[in-house]
Parts: sequence; structure tokens; C-alpha cells
Amino acid sequence: MRACYSVFRLKLATGFQYRSAALAGIATQFFWGFIIIMVYQAFYSQPLADPPISLTQIVTYIWLQQAFLAFIALWFRDNELFQLITTGNIAYELCRPSGLYGLWYAKLLAQRLSSAVLRCFPILAVALLLPSPYRLTLPPDPATALLFLLVLILGLFILVAVSMLIYISTFITMSAAGSLLMFGVAGEFLAGMIVPVPLMPSWLQTIVYALPFRLAADFPFRVYSGHIPTDEALATIPIQLLWLAALVWIGRFAMGKALRRVVIQGG
Amino acid sequence: MRLFGKYLLILFKSQMQYRTSFWLLTFGQFFIPFSVFAGLYMLFDRFGQIQGWEFFEVALVFGVIHMAFAVSECLARGFDMFSTLIVNGDFDRLLVRPRSTVLQVLGSKFEFTRFGRLLQSLIVLVWALSKVEANWTFMKGVTLLFMIASGVMIFTGIFIVIATMCFWTVQGLEVGNILTDGGREMAQYPLNIYHKWITRFFTYVIPFGCVNYLPLQYILGRTEGSGVPYMLAPLAGCLFIVPCLLLWNFGVRRYRSTGS
Repeated sequence: MRACYSVFRLKLATGFQYRSAALAGIATQFFWGFIIIMVYQAFYSQPLADPPISLTQIVTYIWLQQAFLAFIALWFRDNELFQLITTGNIAYELCRPSGLYGLWYAKLLAQRLSSAVLRCFPILAVALLLPSPYRLTLPPDPATALLFLLVLILGLFILVAVSMLIYISTFITMSAAGSLLMFGVAGEFLAGMIVPVPLMPSWLQTIVYALPFRLAADFPFRVYSGHIPTDEALATIPIQLLWLAALVWIGRFAMGKALRRVVIQGG
Repeated sequence: MRLFGKYLLILFKSQMQYRTSFWLLTFGQFFIPFSVFAGLYMLFDRFGQIQGWEFFEVALVFGVIHMAFAVSECLARGFDMFSTLIVNGDFDRLLVRPRSTVLQVLGSKFEFTRFGRLLQSLIVLVWALSKVEANWTFMKGVTLLFMIASGVMIFTGIFIVIATMCFWTVQGLEVGNILTDGGREMAQYPLNIYHKWITRFFTYVIPFGCVNYLPLQYILGRTEGSGVPYMLAPLAGCLFIVPCLLLWNFGVRRYRSTGS
């Protein structure tokens, strides 16, 4: 546990070094956010019969998406780990006297956290001050805000567990690009990154609700805007925990399997 | 031109060496815009229309823009990856050869996996064309081709400008993505749904408006009076590449090698 913690701290510190990259990312995300909001604004400008989610809630949804992109994007990857696997340097990692799963988990968690912390505050701060249609509204009450933080962090844990599966699949396929791309595209769609989940057709919503991807992005964001009421949110937290446990268990199991038959490429 | 063909042949052969990875990537490239398009479809399913634009009209724009983007990403990948040439000092080698630098950089990389993306946009385009309500004439067909060609020119121009920046900054700039990826995302809807200042910027500074909004009006028969200026608008968009090339040449003259 202590080893995991120090890896976590080390990676966190490394992540904070890339401030200028974060700045460039922020500029891109702002532009992106504006464009998407304008599209929805245009969609909402016509008379609608009872939309499933209001424009203000959509705007909030989008800004949170942009601010916490590092928490939800599956394509956000650590090439170092892939190289370890494909070059055979994994042998060194295996010599270490601590579990590989925990170590990598801590590493990935720290990377996402540092990237998100660097980016989210400027984006949130500016988005809160924007003129009316674009403004990020505050959560309805402090309790919701706390709840949002809780489910966001749980969601992050789930997401890292999912991304661990991608890394583990590299043991078998040896090429990261394919699984990363497929996971990335499907996961992003199912997390409501392209179309917010409430706007999807109902058959798709059933699928989305059955999968863990939305728990990391869509669910916390809608808790924030109050679109999901508090009691429903509280009821979903056990589901989050359940998914987390299941994913970690699958990951550990698959990794154990993969490591037992791993062949170190010499050289 | 023959030289360029040779470049392509060599690159194609080299990329086919990793066959599985090649097909997987091509396949994946098919799905990225596909998911975006599925999202578009769902939004129209929910809302019906966007400021008077029907689904198939927007799908037409989507197809044109994504096709233009795919072609220019295929072609101008060398410019996209240009910062590595500068950082490694490999650009010096290009300078001593007796051919133009633009041609050599264009030929340095060619991403065949982008055909997946191209195929997807082609399907969308054909589907949209078969459904959209317009009285097709020869001139309108020509306009459509102009739109795609002009889109390719604009995206390539942007890639060149971003690469030119590397002469000064050495490192590649992520901000450039605003113009390429951002421009693509934005231009997949007719421009007039956005705010005035965005529409103006992307019509007069970076002429996406000449690719999607103006000629679309002509194709759908919504113009008043003569359609000729609307038809020729994409050609004006093509002109965008001229200042880009001039800037590039200026950059090449200013170039100082990073050494070994």
C-alpha cells in the first residue's frame, strides 16, 4: 500500500510539470465547449414539447465535461506502460516486490488526477463568470455539491479500473492501437460524451444504463446540475461501488492469467 | 507529380508491412466519425431540425466536410508531423535536394489508414445526396465537387500554417488543433446557426463559410437572384492556400537548423 502511495505521489508531481501543455489544452477545450453549446442553443431555439433536459443543464453538462476531460477520456493513455509490455521491459516490473495491478492503478490514477486538477480550475472559474446563456450554474445546494464530488471520485476509480483492462488486453494483442481505439470510441459514446445520455433514444439509454461507462461522466454531471435528484443519486452509489469491485476483480484476475503465460521478448 | 506518385507507392508498401495493425486502424478510423454521425442522427431524431435545416441537409455538409478533412489529413500528414522533422534536424536534408520543400514534406508521410474515415464520409454523402430535396443540375454537381476540393485546400492550408509555426517555436503546438479538429467539428453544421462573430471569422479569415454555407444555399435552391456568386464561393475558399504557401516560403527562408 505504501509503495502504491509513493508511486501515486511521484506521478502526480511529474504530471504537474506539464503546465504549458495544460494551458494549450485549456484553450482548445474552451473553444470546443463554446461550439458545442452553440449547437445545442440552436437546437433548443425552436419550440419543444417537454425536452428531457433543459438547456442550462446541458450547458453545465458540457462545461463539466470539458473541465474533467481527463477523468473521462479513455484514449488518455500512458505510452510508457504499453512500451513496457511490447518491449519486454515488463520483466523489471515483475521483479518488484509489490503487486503490479496496484502499482499501475496508482500510476494511472495520479496521471488523470494531475491533468484534471491543472485543467479544471481555470475552466470552471471562467465558465462560472461567462455571460448568461453560456454560464456554468452552481449546484442547487451545498449538499448536492458534496454529493457531486463523492460520485465524481468514485467515477474516476471506475474509469481507471476500465482503462486497466485496456492495458491488460495489450498482453494478449501486443498492439495497443486497436483495443484502445475501439474501447475509446465505444466507451466515449456510452459515457454520453457525444450526445448527453438524456437526449439519446430510449433503447440506447437502456444499454447505457446497464454499462459502467456512464457512471464516470454522465452520472456525476447530472447530479451536479440537479437533473438526477439526491435520493436517486444516493441509490446509485452502491451500484458504483459494485461495478468498481467487479471491474477491479476482473482486472486482477485477467492480469494474473496474462502474467502467468507472459513470454518476455528477449533482447 | 511523378515523384509524388513514387513517394506514395513507397509509403504504401511500408505501411502494408504491418497488415493487421493497418486494418485495425483503418477500421477504427471508420468508427470515430461514425459515432459522431450517430450522435448527429440522434439529436435530429429528438429535435427534428436545427434552425430550419433538415437532417439530410446537415448530413450533406457533414459528408463534405469530413471527406475534405480525411483527404487533407491523408495528404498533409507530413505537415501535421512536421515538428519532428525540425526537432531532429532532418529538415536540413530536404533543403539540399533540388525539389520544392512543399512537395517533399507532403511526400514524407501519407496516412493510408485514413481511408476508413474517407469511406465513412463517402457513405454519409451518398446517403444524404439520395435523400436531400434538390433539383440536381450539372452545375450543382460541379458545385459539390468544388466544395470538397475547396475544403481540402482549406484544411491543407491550416496544416501548412501550423507547420510553419514550428520554424519559430520548434515544438509542435497543440493550439493548432482548434483550427483543424475544431474547424471540422464546427463546419459540420451550416455556419449560420452560430453567433455572428464566429460566422464572420470562419467566412472571412478561414473561409469555411465558402465551403459549407454559401454553396449549400445554391444547391438547395434558396438563393435569390443569380446563383453564380454562390457557386463560385468554393473557388474563393481555394485561394486560402495561397497566403499559407507564401507564409511557408517565408518560414523556410527564416529557418535555422537545430543542429544535430
